[in-house]
Amino acid sequence: MKSKAFFEKIATYITKWTFGFSIISIILGFIIGAATLALAGFNPIEAYGIMARGVLTRPSYVAWTIIGSTPIILTALSVAFAFKTGLFNIGAEGQFMIGAITAAMVGYFVELPAIIHIPLVLISAIVAAGLWGGIAGVLKAKFGVHEVISTIMLNWIALYLNNYIVLLEGLRRATSQRTHEIQRSASIVILEQWKRSPEGREWLRGHDFFGDALRTPLNWGFIIAIIFAVIVWYILNKTTLGYELKAVGYNRHAAEYGGINVSKSMFTSMVIAGGLAGAAGGLHVMGISKSIASLAAMEGYGFNGIAVALIGGNASIGIVFAGLLFSALQYGGSKIQPALGAPSEVINIMIGTIVFFIAMPKLIKYSLQNFKKKRGAKNVR
Amino acid sequence: MFKKMLALMLVLLLMATALVGCGGGTAEEPAPAEEPTEEQVEEQVEEPQLKMAMVTDVGGVNDESFNESAWNGHQKARDELGFEVSYVESEQDADYERNLETLLDAGNDLIWGIGFMMGDAIAEAADFNPDQKYAIIDSAYDDTPDNVVGVLFKAEEASFLVGYIAGKMTETGKVGFVGGMDFPVIHGFHYGFMAGVKYANPDAEVLVQYADSFVDAARGKAIANQMYQQGADIVFHAAGGTGDGVIEAAREQDKYAIGVDMDQNHLAPDNVITSAMKRVDNAIFMIAEDLKAGNFPGGQTVVFGLEDGGVGIAPTSDKHVPAEILEEVAEVERQIIAGEIFVPDNKDDYDANY
Repeated sequence: MKSKAFFEKIATYITKWTFGFSIISIILGFIIGAATLALAGFNPIEAYGIMARGVLTRPSYVAWTIIGSTPIILTALSVAFAFKTGLFNIGAEGQFMIGAITAAMVGYFVELPAIIHIPLVLISAIVAAGLWGGIAGVLKAKFGVHEVISTIMLNWIALYLNNYIVLLEGLRRATSQRTHEIQRSASIVILEQWKRSPEGREWLRGHDFFGDALRTPLNWGFIIAIIFAVIVWYILNKTTLGYELKAVGYNRHAAEYGGINVSKSMFTSMVIAGGLAGAAGGLHVMGISKSIASLAAMEGYGFNGIAVALIGGNASIGIVFAGLLFSALQYGGSKIQPALGAPSEVINIMIGTIVFFIAMPKLIKYSLQNFKKKRGAKNVR
Repeated sequence: MFKKMLALMLVLLLMATALVGCGGGTAEEPAPAEEPTEEQVEEQVEEPQLKMAMVTDVGGVNDESFNESAWNGHQKARDELGFEVSYVESEQDADYERNLETLLDAGNDLIWGIGFMMGDAIAEAADFNPDQKYAIIDSAYDDTPDNVVGVLFKAEEASFLVGYIAGKMTETGKVGFVGGMDFPVIHGFHYGFMAGVKYANPDAEVLVQYADSFVDAARGKAIANQMYQQGADIVFHAAGGTGDGVIEAAREQDKYAIGVDMDQNHLAPDNVITSAMKRVDNAIFMIAEDLKAGNFPGGQTVVFGLEDGGVGIAPTSDKHVPAEILEEVAEVERQIIAGEIFVPDNKDDYDANY
């Protein structure tokens, strides 16, 4: 009987502690992921070892993980923000593209000192993508078009707009499917000029840590993403605007009855969500790609953002960690093929399985509580 | 029930921690390689095993196009030359640099970038790592670094051959060409094909349209449908994914199409009469042979053509193309290799000769 009390104590402890579920689901995800690998005939321990070493053992590996997490943290914030206000923003993908297109154009055509150019590019990307997101907001508020449909359609429009703009005379780099690179003054890569100069290379060769970390396009994007995470948290939890938006999310009729302008709230929410995804696109161009390319298919930054938002429980801090975890899985996963020889399909299934389980702490919470209830019922009988 | 469930969870937890513990332990020792086959053992006595790896573009390794062909070339190098081979797939454009670095850290002797989209990334990586050998498919540099090989294909030669077939087989006297984008790489296909058609059948008319996209199958289908309506009965495409739409249109309208890059007959077995193949696999294998022999052609752009099996027509051509035409094609091929037939790869050369 003693053990029973002990188990119950642990159970209540876990059910009370929100992060507990996340951790259980992460562990569960890794176990099931291992099982899928083992089923395919590969040693999961070895694979996880390769992943862990491939992400953690060198400064450049950690840098790549951080770089990879930047856009998905921002798109996840976009999805989460809309979600908190009762809207499902599938359009982060398209808003990301609009942000990237704007950043590529403003970054290339405008010539200004870096101190003005960088904020200008970022703000233009945010504004353009915010307006793009606002289209879905207006359609929903004025005409009742469901935002899932409209944002999916806007994604396609953004994709083809992207492909059209890339090929415009004057923007397209000759004999390629890319635009010209943005001006140096719009780049947010840390010490970009210096690390390419002869002195820079000389110094970096002598300093292993920095030399290794800076061989990646490490940039300020991650810091900016964190700042946005804080801003999102602040707006949602500490301002009247956030209160109103959330109220509409919980129950739009009650909110309307309470005197909140629901149409305006929906529009505002989609504009902010669009702006966040646009920031992701802008920072991506300024920090990594430097240009935009004609795309065969959507690149998945927005869709990965949905997964990250779910993993992070739609909360700012959770999203930052979830973004890092997601990026680590993606980056670490790419190391398994060369080292282990497992086909990339198997690795992608494994990563998919892990993400699937990590994204559903709610289900685990629900089933745990359900079991508890059933047991209680039995005792009564 | 709840207790059982919880116990199960705890056991799983324990197992997980045990796994993590083991993971750390085994991580220290190098992963044992696969049991080497007998030939490999023999070779290993003579020399250390060479490692070669490739980064795919966003198409992925099973794209039924040049990424897959490149991986076939790698596997051939593994089976016949004893190379250790691997690949990394790129999911996004931004992954190229990162993936090239992954393969650099894995200690490869030669790293391939598949596709001209990777041109910038390879140039940059080669600049930063002057001791690492790189090679790239479908891309050339004005000033190739010493540790890079650019690999190009004389697509115009294969296009000339399929053009010849089209010129001989057309019943309406009209054939079509659908290009991906209007730039030099595709001009090779365009003018090679036109020259081949004219060589076979001086009266034939060639309808030409560019789709401005390598990925828009719907547009490819619309263009091909229009060409078939205008009376063309064979359409050749050099347009990647856009071309899938061309083949789709051929199947629906029961007309003929000509594939590109790989043998595309399986996409529409009754309609794709031949394909202008780019043997990326052969090219990769040949460069691997050079590397093994110690004469890696660093700093050069290597061009593969009919002569060395770098381009050619699809082996399934005999299903639809009459044997006598194939015999003529073999003769034309011999003449091209011998330099008796001039194959243009741009508008000026074409206008001057045809």
